[in-house]
Amino acid sequence: MTLQDVLLAVVGLVAVAGGVAVVSTRQLVRAGLWLVVALGAVAVEFLLLGAEFAAWVQVLIYVGAVVVLLLFAVMLTRAPIGPSTDLDRPALPAVLVGAAAGLGLAALFVGVFGQFQVPSPAVGTAERIGDAVFGDWVLPFEVLSILLLAALVGAIVLSRPSAPQETPVAQGSSR
Amino acid sequence: MTWEVVLRVGLVAVAFLTLPLIVGQTEHKVMAHMQARLGPMYAGAFHGWAQLIADGVKFAQKEDVTPRAADGPVFRLAPAVALLPYLLVLLVIPLGPGDLVGQQLDVGLFFVLAVVGVGVVAVLMAAWASANKYSLLGGLRAAAQLLGYELPFVLSAASVAMAAGTLSLPGIVAAWQPWWLLWQLPATIVFFVSGLAEIRRPPFDMPIADSELVFGYMTEYTGLRFAFFLLAEYVGIVVISSLTAALFLGGWHGPWAESVGWLWMLLKTGAVAFVVIWLRVAWPRLREDQLQRLCWLVLVPLALAQLVLTAGVRVALS
Repeated sequence: MTLQDVLLAVVGLVAVAGGVAVVSTRQLVRAGLWLVVALGAVAVEFLLLGAEFAAWVQVLIYVGAVVVLLLFAVMLTRAPIGPSTDLDRPALPAVLVGAAAGLGLAALFVGVFGQFQVPSPAVGTAERIGDAVFGDWVLPFEVLSILLLAALVGAIVLSRPSAPQETPVAQGSSR
Repeated sequence: MTWEVVLRVGLVAVAFLTLPLIVGQTEHKVMAHMQARLGPMYAGAFHGWAQLIADGVKFAQKEDVTPRAADGPVFRLAPAVALLPYLLVLLVIPLGPGDLVGQQLDVGLFFVLAVVGVGVVAVLMAAWASANKYSLLGGLRAAAQLLGYELPFVLSAASVAMAAGTLSLPGIVAAWQPWWLLWQLPATIVFFVSGLAEIRRPPFDMPIADSELVFGYMTEYTGLRFAFFLLAEYVGIVVISSLTAALFLGGWHGPWAESVGWLWMLLKTGAVAFVVIWLRVAWPRLREDQLQRLCWLVLVPLALAQLVLTAGVRVALS
């Protein structure tokens, strides 16, 4: 056990605890804030494993954008301070399904990857990731870009008000 | 080795504690003189140099109020979350040639962009937890503004990273050449303007518009916690000014850069900070729709055009 292993375990526990808090808290906005803790802890895990670039991408995209959008949407619609009792779902089935899925995945990963000795890769610098993305993986990367672009155009089309029905604004109206 | 790390972190902490105060005092005096006033004159005897220290003592004495309807823990945590990102950013800004920087980071620019983005979370926390409609409105305005301006901010920074061929801040400064001032001029303007919006300084202070929202998401804060938000604003000025200086104005480049490079960096940062203060006096506040229009219809296309230009020149040169 090196110091890195210990830190990895501790931060992993923080991430799991944050994740549990997200689904167990009864306060809507706090669930979003716990998500910041969970995702931030995952970023620290990346950092500890030497994947510096992935860590900061995690912070920029997930903490800086996804969670913020989520909180923004919740606050625009309904965000009471204090517990929202009407959000409660039966806890026992959720625990059973969650625990079964988590343990199953863990068992699967240990079973499949447990006996491998993977040579620890070089540090995940931006340069290496750039080389990989624009070298070996350039085709999937471009296909994904087209998919994202299509989704973007679709989102804009959906969010636009339907074609203007009324007559254009009278000319000369002062603005 | 360990001592060196401690020394570096200590020096960055000193800069974190003094530079914002200097900017704040300069703002008092510069604004006053631009408005034909004197500004603070008494505290500390010489031209009111100790005014901000007196302010700090005042803030520390004030009662720390948490509204009864507020979400206590979130409300109390928000000022710290607002301040922390800027402190981290100061660690990686290069002051002079060589390794005169708090911490060498391979992806320094990316780190800065990622960490500055976390500030939005603090604004949303403060806005929501205050249990005040003005606060919430201010917070929503701030979030919409920060989400929008993040895009031109990142794109213009990407342009200079592309020009230098590295994401490391000391690397970018080292690669800088005077003719980049012209080549990267659109990116400079976009970066500075969207940086101004990121720290919510006038003319982009719609989220705290005091004539309509009391003080936006900071309405309910008092005492030291309010002082933390104010400090975050001034550290924000230092961060944005020093980033603009390092990325676009050549950082420590200048005559005798080997020996007095750090002085050039500080001078350039100070000059940009002066412009930030000047804009507060000179410009009226942008309305919410004008603010979004400027971002999406002017800054984003300009930043994208700059990216194309940067790529073109890079390809032509190589």
